[in-house]
Amino acid sequence: MAESPAITAPRDGVLGTVSDVLYRRPTLLLLLLLTPPLLWLGIIYLGSLFALLAQSFFSIDEFSGVIQYRLTLKTYGELLAPANLDIIVRTTLMAGSVTVAAAIVAFPIAYYAARYARGKWKALFYLGVMLPLWSSYLVKVYAWKLILAKEGILNWVFENLHLTWLLDAYLSIPVIGGNSLSVSYSGTFLVFLYVWLPFMVLPMQAALERVPVSYLEASADLGASPLQTFSKVLFPLAMPGVIAGSIFTFSLTLGDYIIPQIVGSSRLFIGQAVYSHQGTAGNIPLAAAFAVVPVIIMGFYLWMAKRQGAFDAL
Amino acid sequence: MRSDKTLRSPLPLKIAAGAGLLFMHVPILLIFIYAFTTEDKTYQWPPPGYTLKWLGVTWNRPDVWEALNLSVRVAAISTLVALVLGTLCAAAVSRTRFFGREAISLIVILPIALPGIITGIALRSAFNIAEIPFSFWTIVLGHATFCVVVVYNNALARFRRTSASLIEASMDLGANGFQTFRYVILPNIGTALLAGGMLAFALSFDEVIVTTFTAGQQATLPIWMLEELVRPRQRPVTNVVAMVVFIVTFLPILAAYYLTRGGDQVAGHGK
Amino acid sequence: MKTAVHFEKVSRHFGDVKAVDSVDLTIGEGEFFAMLGPSGSGKTTCLRLIAGFDQPTFGDVSIFGESTNGIPPYRRNVNTVFQDYALFPHLSVADNVAYGLMIRKVAKQERRRVADEALEQVQLAGYGARKPSQLSGGQRQRVALARALVNKPRVLLLDEPLGALDLKLREEMQEELKNLQRTLGITFVFVTHDQGEALSMADRVAVFNEGRIMQVGTPQDVYHRPNSEFVANFVGSSNVLPSELVNELTGKSVPASLRPEAVKIVDEGGFEAEIVDISFLGAATRLSLKIDGMRLHALVDGTKAALEFRQKVRVDWDAEDLHLMYDNNG
Repeated sequence: MAESPAITAPRDGVLGTVSDVLYRRPTLLLLLLLTPPLLWLGIIYLGSLFALLAQSFFSIDEFSGVIQYRLTLKTYGELLAPANLDIIVRTTLMAGSVTVAAAIVAFPIAYYAARYARGKWKALFYLGVMLPLWSSYLVKVYAWKLILAKEGILNWVFENLHLTWLLDAYLSIPVIGGNSLSVSYSGTFLVFLYVWLPFMVLPMQAALERVPVSYLEASADLGASPLQTFSKVLFPLAMPGVIAGSIFTFSLTLGDYIIPQIVGSSRLFIGQAVYSHQGTAGNIPLAAAFAVVPVIIMGFYLWMAKRQGAFDAL
Repeated sequence: MRSDKTLRSPLPLKIAAGAGLLFMHVPILLIFIYAFTTEDKTYQWPPPGYTLKWLGVTWNRPDVWEALNLSVRVAAISTLVALVLGTLCAAAVSRTRFFGREAISLIVILPIALPGIITGIALRSAFNIAEIPFSFWTIVLGHATFCVVVVYNNALARFRRTSASLIEASMDLGANGFQTFRYVILPNIGTALLAGGMLAFALSFDEVIVTTFTAGQQATLPIWMLEELVRPRQRPVTNVVAMVVFIVTFLPILAAYYLTRGGDQVAGHGK
Repeated sequence: MKTAVHFEKVSRHFGDVKAVDSVDLTIGEGEFFAMLGPSGSGKTTCLRLIAGFDQPTFGDVSIFGESTNGIPPYRRNVNTVFQDYALFPHLSVADNVAYGLMIRKVAKQERRRVADEALEQVQLAGYGARKPSQLSGGQRQRVALARALVNKPRVLLLDEPLGALDLKLREEMQEELKNLQRTLGITFVFVTHDQGEALSMADRVAVFNEGRIMQVGTPQDVYHRPNSEFVANFVGSSNVLPSELVNELTGKSVPASLRPEAVKIVDEGGFEAEIVDISFLGAATRLSLKIDGMRLHALVDGTKAALEFRQKVRVDWDAEDLHLMYDNNG
């Protein structure tokens, strides 16, 4: 047998040569891989965000309505006007309550799926959460318009159960009530909860999957009641999942402008304020400043979440 | 190993979990019922009768076809762009540790982690400043930006599951970088890319918030629906369109699930 | 003997970590060479430098006299059996084996023939159509071996090739690998953290620690004549006697190693010791002994006299079993 050479000559033409060069310079390969996505995201996305941020430091001339391209904090000052502060507080409260409610509703689903569902049921649960998560946002909102309509299914159910009085009593509660569910905060809240709920279930389930059953058994073995096991063992271990999920429910609620526009009272949320200021009012600086608010709130929220180790569950 | 005695669930938990699932699914079922109602002025429940008439009416609506056409084209191109960018990014992040790796993940995730309205208005103001007129391409620009993360998540999960030694083994056996990509990497990440692409398509097809800011006068199907939601004019047609939109997004999601089943889960928190 | 692989002052740094620190090494053609060391000692990195998966920060690795500087793995006539086997999950067993030939554009029929032949050689004839996932660990290992060998490499690299197998299978494979190496005459370089494996299979062993080679030699060399405390401990867990004691015994102030099996229980003379631990190992009994506050391990015939915990015994050893470690850098 003739001995083959230990090192073979370059081959496969240009591609082979390019491949050889990339082997010698792994950094070059990395650069080639990263350049297109970074150019796209860096220029288009970050550039836009920067443009937005820059706009918020401009102001609008009250008389002419023309944007003045001079750096000023005047626009941010306007944010502090009582009407605008109202909007910010209202939106944050809504986002907070939607998040808490989503965590409560999601827990049994996530826990059941993580601990008890097996085989076919497990797949069914997973799909049962995945499909609503990914399916059309607008269609989901539309479904609630159908449900909450005066002649819709919800009123029909209450009527047939002879419970209309209960609904009326609920609607007469100030703040959360209103003329009907479809023009009340409760309605807005329900739709938000519905639309973002799957975003809470999945990370929660992922976190719960990682809690070995033996921990719970150990807790019970050491004399803890089920409630104590929940509060001392299960809940703390599920917390990273809850925080990961809450990032979505919180952020998505903060920035949404379609749900409160379609189901809700006429009082504005941050998203609607941004939308109307940039649209009909033409006050881009104020719209931009408003848009920065959820970024700041989210930034603070993410910072807190990171400190809690929530990102490991993502 | 979980012992059998733990498999029996407490009844309240079962009920709460079941109720939660019902809460997530019943509203969607309603869409299907309303698409066939004979009532055309209100959202009356229960429907007084059922008819297939509105399917035909919707079929003959040029504005719906136009919107559908635009949506499909936007989603297709955005998905393509997202596939390329997301895969490149995932490949870079998965195969090496380098300075700024975390920052890249952050930039990719940011467009969906931040509320859509911010992405929307940011793009709009950038288009204004750069004096770019609204067009098909401005919509694609926006959509591709937030679709990248979906492909990225799916591809990254698969890259991480695919052992690095497979690539080394291929090179060890004489394949250069390109041959390795063709014969080993692509077959191994193919289904993940397909799944990511499907989800990106569904995401783009359905997107409305960013689109309102980047679309100008053109209407994608979700924009068409949004107008109907705000000012209802043709309720029966809207009902049918809602059903169609649901189905068009439902199918790729289901396909994506089956493509990635049994390994990495479809990156659900990617929307 | 021709030189197959040569390391010339090779270092590989990862940031501040010196994974391989100025290694000089020569592996001869046709040798069965083992790189032995604890995890993180640099042995796997050295293997990867030969394969070309990694490039040295300084120095040069040459294969049959040719520098590999900047030569990618696919241009090195060297093949690897991976620790996790790295079989392509999307290809059948036969296509896995034929992968290298496919890349070299060997005609399909010829490919089939060679692959079938190779599978037969590793006793897996008829398994070609299966997917790797349908094979057992031992079978996958054979496929990985066949896949590497069909390319007729000048050097075969094996990264912990038997690590994932259970004991019985491992012993079988050790024998098979030895036979295979003898018949093929190819240079085998294999990495292991199992000293027993290295000693029983290799012609020569390099003992690694913290990125450096502590000692290179035949299995007998490193076992009986360790040059440092590290080698003495790592290869067969020797007793290391401190230099003061050795000075008393021999007049030379260097540490010395003493194999546990060299320690004998005697009726008189020697040293008095107390048994502080005793474990029955089947063929032998391992004793932990206390002599003047010093610990000494002994391996004695298990069938001999009944020994008991806390029993006082006298121990001794032959002078030639005490190996003085002059080259103590550990």
